[in-house]
Amino acid sequence: MPTLRDIRKKIKALHGTKKITSAMKMVAAAKLRKVQDSMLRYRPYATKLQQVLADLAGAVELRGDLPPLLLRRPVKNVFVVIITSDKGLCGAFNTNIIRFATKEIDRLKKEGLNVIISVVGRKARDYFRRRNIPLKNVWTGISGRLQYSHAEIISQEIINSYVTEAVDEVLLIYNEFKTMISQRVVMNRVLPIGRLTAEGVQPTPFYPFTYEPRAPELFTMLLPMYVEIQVYRALLESQAAEEAARMTAMDNATKNCEELIKKTTLIANKVRQASITKELMDIVGGVEALKQSEA
Amino acid sequence: MENKLKLEVITPYGEVISEEVDEVYAPGVEGDFGVLPGHFPFMTAIKIGVLTYKKGNETYYAFVNRGYAEVLNDRVLILVGSAEKAEEIDVERAMAAKARAEERLRKAAEGATDIDFARAQAALERATIRIQIATKLIPK
Repeated sequence: MPTLRDIRKKIKALHGTKKITSAMKMVAAAKLRKVQDSMLRYRPYATKLQQVLADLAGAVELRGDLPPLLLRRPVKNVFVVIITSDKGLCGAFNTNIIRFATKEIDRLKKEGLNVIISVVGRKARDYFRRRNIPLKNVWTGISGRLQYSHAEIISQEIINSYVTEAVDEVLLIYNEFKTMISQRVVMNRVLPIGRLTAEGVQPTPFYPFTYEPRAPELFTMLLPMYVEIQVYRALLESQAAEEAARMTAMDNATKNCEELIKKTTLIANKVRQASITKELMDIVGGVEALKQSEA
Repeated sequence: MENKLKLEVITPYGEVISEEVDEVYAPGVEGDFGVLPGHFPFMTAIKIGVLTYKKGNETYYAFVNRGYAEVLNDRVLILVGSAEKAEEIDVERAMAAKARAEERLRKAAEGATDIDFARAQAALERATIRIQIATKLIPK
């Protein structure tokens, strides 16, 4: 039986832990708000650019000489980019995505394809390093201070690999922010670019635009931006999902702390009551003994 | 309101400029171009450089990264990876970026292979132009 002192110490420690987890939850909530804010500010840019490219694609009337980024080749080498977080304490966020990615990679390998892996985030890096799986690129230090230039750097790498024909397909695996409590692992094909669609926007009515350089060249110049916005979106989604997952995890931890405190307090009360009862019995026993000796 | 241009500069971080102006000059990939009200519909790509716009007798400057521009119905739309008005440029940061880029280029020239030459060059260009705008062109 632990002594009352020990139990009280434990309760105090639990209170401390609870304070920490609830503070972490608050921090995650604040960060999530920030990410959601940047998602909101990013939207006009993405929508407009998608529309422009869709319009241009129409204007170019793609015949024969497709820009290299639209060109499909028989797939032999697949480039998989996995986006995870740098930090832990966010529930099953990283586990889920790594499990999904490994399964996907195994499947691709079974199909006889050569898989090249690059990762974002320390968690995926550590996982693959431990298993001695070679990684082409490792980008860390992004989560928490995401910049558009990060997306530019990653896109550059992806595009270079594709244009030099080192890879024939590029897949992006990341967590999508669905709601506060649920994230979904998604896989997107970034290259070759499929149909250029602009979601939810009306196609611009035709205007006799003057293009400089000519439309096909301009289109080719702007295509990398399309890759960038997709990568940036994925990074933003992943960030939002990470913070949301952390919030939920920390919320659960706080609740568990509360429960433990309740249980431990109950034990403490029992122990206290037991010792009181014991002391009372000693006193009563003593009085009884005195009475008997007097009689 | 007669014969004004609506200038909009949009970046992934939000709208940087949204103003009624009289004239716009932007750095197109095939050469700088000027826009006055009544310009014909025009599309081009933008390179790293200085965006100039006039309101009355005042001239304003802004930094633009590479991107895309469209002129349609007296509306100038510019989509770029990043942009800052002259007075918002962080000179110290640009100086630091310039030094870093120069260092990288120097190393690359000495034969270091792990350096992305094109990226370092672009970084140097961006930093140089930012510094130019902030120190020489800032409106009084």
